[in-house]
Amino acid sequence: MSQGFVTAAYMIAGILFIMSLAGLSKQETAKSGNYFGIVGMAIALVTTIISIELDVESIAYILVAVLIGAMIGILLAKRVDMTEMPELIAALHSFVGLAAVFVGYNSFIESLSDHSFVGSMLIIHLTEIFLGIFIGAATFTGSIVAFGKLHGKIRSNPLILPYKDVLNIGLLLLSVILLFLFIFTGTSQFGIVYLASMTVIALFLGWHMVMAIGGADMPVVISMLNSLSGWAAAASGFMLSNDLLIITGALVGSSGAILSYIMCQGMNRNFFSVITGGFGNDMVSGETEEMGDYREISTEDAAEMLKGSSSVIITPGYGMAVAQAQYPVAEITKKLRDQGINVRFGIHPVAGRLPGHMNVLLAEAKVPYDVVLDMEEINDDFPETDTVLVIGANDTVNPSAIENPSGPIGGMPVLEVWKAKNVIVMKRSMNAGYAGVQNPLFFKENSYMCFGDAKTTAEAILKAL
Amino acid sequence: MRIGIPKERVVGETRVAATPKTVIQLKKLGFTVAVETGAGEAASFTDDEYNDSGAEIVEANGVFQCDLIYKVNPPTGEEVSKLKKGTTLVSFLYPAQNSALVEELSQKNINVLAMDMVPRISRAQSMDALSSMANIGGYRAVTEALHAFGRFFNGQITAAGKVPPAKVLVIGAGVAGLAAIGMSKSLGAIVRAFDTRLEVAEQIESMGGEFLKLNFAGEEDGSTSSGYAKVMSDEFIQAEMALFAEQAKEVDVIITTALVQGKPAPKLITKAIVDSMKPGSVIVDMAASSGGNCEYTVPGEMIVTASGVKVIGYTDLPSRLPAQSSEMYATNLVNLTKLLCKEKNGEIDINFEDVILRHMSVVKEGQITFPPPPIRVSQTQPTKKEEKQAEPNETPVKEKKDHSLLKVVFDGLAIVFFLWLGQVSPPEFLSHVTVFALAIVVGYYVVWNVTHALHTPLMSVTNAISGIIIVGALLQMNSSLTSVKVLSFLGILIATINIFGGFTVTKRMLKMFTKSKEV
Repeated sequence: MSQGFVTAAYMIAGILFIMSLAGLSKQETAKSGNYFGIVGMAIALVTTIISIELDVESIAYILVAVLIGAMIGILLAKRVDMTEMPELIAALHSFVGLAAVFVGYNSFIESLSDHSFVGSMLIIHLTEIFLGIFIGAATFTGSIVAFGKLHGKIRSNPLILPYKDVLNIGLLLLSVILLFLFIFTGTSQFGIVYLASMTVIALFLGWHMVMAIGGADMPVVISMLNSLSGWAAAASGFMLSNDLLIITGALVGSSGAILSYIMCQGMNRNFFSVITGGFGNDMVSGETEEMGDYREISTEDAAEMLKGSSSVIITPGYGMAVAQAQYPVAEITKKLRDQGINVRFGIHPVAGRLPGHMNVLLAEAKVPYDVVLDMEEINDDFPETDTVLVIGANDTVNPSAIENPSGPIGGMPVLEVWKAKNVIVMKRSMNAGYAGVQNPLFFKENSYMCFGDAKTTAEAILKAL
Repeated sequence: MRIGIPKERVVGETRVAATPKTVIQLKKLGFTVAVETGAGEAASFTDDEYNDSGAEIVEANGVFQCDLIYKVNPPTGEEVSKLKKGTTLVSFLYPAQNSALVEELSQKNINVLAMDMVPRISRAQSMDALSSMANIGGYRAVTEALHAFGRFFNGQITAAGKVPPAKVLVIGAGVAGLAAIGMSKSLGAIVRAFDTRLEVAEQIESMGGEFLKLNFAGEEDGSTSSGYAKVMSDEFIQAEMALFAEQAKEVDVIITTALVQGKPAPKLITKAIVDSMKPGSVIVDMAASSGGNCEYTVPGEMIVTASGVKVIGYTDLPSRLPAQSSEMYATNLVNLTKLLCKEKNGEIDINFEDVILRHMSVVKEGQITFPPPPIRVSQTQPTKKEEKQAEPNETPVKEKKDHSLLKVVFDGLAIVFFLWLGQVSPPEFLSHVTVFALAIVVGYYVVWNVTHALHTPLMSVTNAISGIIIVGALLQMNSSLTSVKVLSFLGILIATINIFGGFTVTKRMLKMFTKSKEV
């Protein structure tokens, strides 16, 4: 098979991947987008396998690996709960990272016996290997920690080591020095020592970076790891001189970068301040002053209030996902809509632990996607709304973001639920949200607290409807 | 203060400046209202109805004794002579065209606010009478066309044969044009529309019309760059006319609304274009009062050309829906009153600090204040800015500056680095860098389009496609070294998990996104 044929097939696969992402721009075209991706992947794989002359043994190995991998992948994908999507995504990121590390090491081992690279090309090649392994390793441990934190296996509070910034910068510098040593050594056996020490450092950096970031910053972390996994793939593409890998890696990398940017905007925070971690630690104190009295409401009264409204907006947060309350909430929505009440959802960009997480949960519970709106789409409608139901959200509906611009969450865009006639807040307790800021919303005259697990409360309201 | 509502004396004028409903609103603001007897007759508002809502019914002379006069048309000579000194008059005035009238009013020391001078800023929308009248005009233009057109607008398939839907072309998508598009569409016609401003394409489509694009390379320049406007516009109009000539053969109804401020309406539909239309076609020229867009147009009349095309040039379209247009105009006046009388105490204050009032004012205290200074956005800002500067809070500005400087430096360094890279690297590597850079740009634009709701599926799809790293592992499977083979095997395995897991879970998620049936 000619090299030209392979290049053409790769180009087709690359274009199909672009079309795949483009298809995701709208719900209507999203499914075809996914199929484009599958077709692109199939073309790429088939072309690769037939383009290399393999012996029978290798083909057998490949088949076994693919079969095992496919089985694990499909099983995972079929079994995973929608509330656990962030964990799955994090796990998949770690796989890309790990694969990039393997590919990097292989490239190096092969370059020991292969002397086709000379001069500046050799330097470039070694740099590519080094970078590919570095990014891959950091992605790997970072994603593992993110997975652990999301899964509750690792404490989600930020871990702050002493002199953490100095430590990070020092290790980065050390890596740069190792890079120069590695290039200087060239293709000798000794290079593996530098490579291995760098890998250890990268693994530590990935671990340390995500350990220092708290639970509610997870949307940023996941997006950033998404981006990193893309750059890892792109780096592998460079070291193998494979344009398809470069294109795909760049697509994924920029996709993740944009998502991180959107998430940071949603929290009005700087990307660097998120990834250097430790949000909320120096602000928790001093914010516990009395805000006044709050009022409780029974589930029956809440149901009455909902029935008496002509328009309702529901603003879910991570609390809904934790309690798995999306099903009763969807039932409530259906019942109210059948009575002719205009029920819609307002989703804050950083609600949940993953960009778009709430949308997926609501979709799973069969809430039609056209009543699920973004913050920008719905924020102007609150003044004309009779009742807002806040489910397990706190910082994303906190009026002090606007009223107190110098506060810890000042300037963060929030859902302006307090402008509605009535607000019912479903919450477990009066504890402050992730940012450690008390929420004046709970003490407003038009808000009512409905304490308890979101699922039980929602079910009780559903019964009373 | 007493507001006088005279009966309109211009022949054919059926509108009135207040309705029984707005009388109540005006009274709430602290005014008393005097309505001339029979003022609302043509618009189906009886004296009794005015009386019931608390207005006083008076004779003509009594009305003009009021301190505040609300009218529709500019005052006639006779009306001016009846006005007493110091009165405030609010009506359409067209001060640019009626300079003699403005002079006369200033000599009589009458304060004048022109309803046609409401600035086009969002705060003033509720009193923008030109827009509200244009909306009615657009609606009426369609009904006039329908009336003159001997066919259905909508398509039907009946036992008596098939009826194709009428095709309507609307030229100019301002308020009137958009209203005409919406009305034609709701009657079932196929609607096409054209406007020189590209940004209205979306509005046209939102009303159900189809935006006709011009086959003209420099279209955007033609509307923005003033230096080339003259040269461009000639070419532009030629391209435009070619489009109309082509469309005219096909469409049944043309509604033109093209106006250029302060100039005669552009002649867009030549006699030749009209003659090429099917017999029985209708043209409604809404620009008739300023000369018309069609060469056949006779202002105020409907004519039938030799080829059987009807050209309607009525200039009183809003007046043909008197009750509706009176109500909207009167409501515009109430909103203006709220601005004039912030205290709700029945006294007015033409405060020149307010850009809207400054812009509308034609005569104040005997001085001609027309033309008004151009509205600058910054004019509304100073008060706010002063407040801000009162706080010693200059840091944000500074920070921003530093930021942009940093960005420039960073961008510069990036460019220098890239050029250096190009200089020292072999072309083979550079071609990969090119692919890489282009892919990032493509990714950037594609991903920004992804709706927020689909960000999770986006991540899982990117997960799946980043499993493409399997290609690397596959290529290395060929190696003769066992260690490489083992690593490749593991690499293939985990990359496959990504590919299959990612696509499967995406498919599962996307299946869940369903649309509600009612919407």
